[in-house]
Amino acid sequence: MPFFAYTVAFLFLPAGAILVGAFEGKTSGWTLSNVRLLFHHPYIDAYKTSIEISLVTALVGGVAGLFIAYAALRDGTPGWVRSVFTTFSGVAANFGGIPLAFAFIATAGPLGIVTVFLRNHGFDPSAHGFNLFSKTGVELAYLYFQLPLMILVISPAIDGLRREWREAAANLGAKQWQFWWHVGLPVLMPSILGATILLFGNAFAAYATAYSLTSGTVNIVPILIGAYYSGNVLDNPHLAQAMAFGMFVVLAVMMVLYVPLQRRAARWAK
Amino acid sequence: MSLSAVVWLVLGAAYFVIPLVATFLFSLKSNQTGKCCTAANYGWVIHNGGFWHSVKISFLLALETIVISLLIFVPTIYWVHLKLPRLRPVIAFLALIPFVVPPIVMVVGLLQVFKSSPHWFYAQPWGFLSAAYVILAFPYMFFSLDAGFRAIDVHTLTEASQSLGARWTTTLVKVILPNIRSAALAASFLTLAIVMGEFTIANLSAFHTFPIFIQLVNETQGFPAAALTLLSFGITWAAMLALLVVGRKRGARSAVVAGAR
Repeated sequence: MPFFAYTVAFLFLPAGAILVGAFEGKTSGWTLSNVRLLFHHPYIDAYKTSIEISLVTALVGGVAGLFIAYAALRDGTPGWVRSVFTTFSGVAANFGGIPLAFAFIATAGPLGIVTVFLRNHGFDPSAHGFNLFSKTGVELAYLYFQLPLMILVISPAIDGLRREWREAAANLGAKQWQFWWHVGLPVLMPSILGATILLFGNAFAAYATAYSLTSGTVNIVPILIGAYYSGNVLDNPHLAQAMAFGMFVVLAVMMVLYVPLQRRAARWAK
Repeated sequence: MSLSAVVWLVLGAAYFVIPLVATFLFSLKSNQTGKCCTAANYGWVIHNGGFWHSVKISFLLALETIVISLLIFVPTIYWVHLKLPRLRPVIAFLALIPFVVPPIVMVVGLLQVFKSSPHWFYAQPWGFLSAAYVILAFPYMFFSLDAGFRAIDVHTLTEASQSLGARWTTTLVKVILPNIRSAALAASFLTLAIVMGEFTIANLSAFHTFPIFIQLVNETQGFPAAALTLLSFGITWAAMLALLVVGRKRGARSAVVAGAR
């Protein structure tokens, strides 16, 4: 079948090329030096920053997305609010890259609408250490696709929380927080964990937004890899392959951590 | 509605809406004086040859990607549903891989494998880039089409068609295809949105697509860039809304997560 031929040519061969290339020397022969180099400056710092940005946006986006999704879906919220939020999330989760970076420059950049507004009202964000073209700025922009993604992914699980459970808990005298602690959160937990992992991977893989926002100055792994190709510093392609390999390892580790957590979280359901 | 729900919804809405409003306000400012309000930035975009050129490249790339993907996936999924249902999890797994692998990793591998391939393939967006985009489209194509095929009775339709003497190509084109039209359309709109916004692979393999043009303007012309950004939003949104309209009945929304970032 052509499908399998295509998969081999454009998926497995490139994957194999990275696996092999990461362990090849600059001229010839096998070596661990590329991979070993990843543990040194500036590569290790890039991994740290990448992981930090991904963790922060996955957690903040996950928690805030959960609250927004719950607020939009719960009983008592008008139906049109619900459909506006779910439709908009479907669109905004697809929204990223260069246009997103520009939208944040127009909002919170040095001449951005919000920056100017705050400055005119006696509060200068840059005087308080805020810089859009930095790690914080990248995190702020990433949330623009992380939040809607969380809303999209978690909505079915929230819809699965039955109203009867709340009523039953209330009838038995449970307070709001008791319902959440003993019923709501445990039921949602497997979905929340899965969604958080998805958000982590989503931010970890992102390139265009950070590239455009910081003009390629924020030190994250995809930008470091990109610099090897778009610049003229391609003295050792195997180093870029080793970095790509390293990204893969990080994602694999996340999956390995996720599986037992997921199993533990879903244990009550059996 | 409780107070906390209102607070969360207002905060969420503000975070989503303010950047769009800010971009809109920027797009109305004059590039010379920085003052409001003028439509000159939109004029600048529309009269810019580079804009039309790059949009054309990206749009043709999207069409090529859609056609190749449909040619690969429709017969494959049809065959799997008809004859080899046990193979379905394998195909699903393979189609999901591009969803997990970051595009930046993908392009490093692709560049390595195809760097010495013929010029007509490697140096042309219609070769290298569309080949990569077909891979990016894998998950969306598979899940949309698979849902479409599951909603129809492949066996009965095929048997009816064949008992009337149709060859299997006729069956596929004249009987099956019209029945999965909305799924195919949904997959196509998703692919369109992805290709029109894809930056990573195009940038690393140095092709001048629409997102590359936007980035170039971003770096040089502040206010026209705002107009361009809004136009680009418009394209993505039109594709996504079209998707929501065609996909309403078949649950195509499950796969609405694309890779422009």
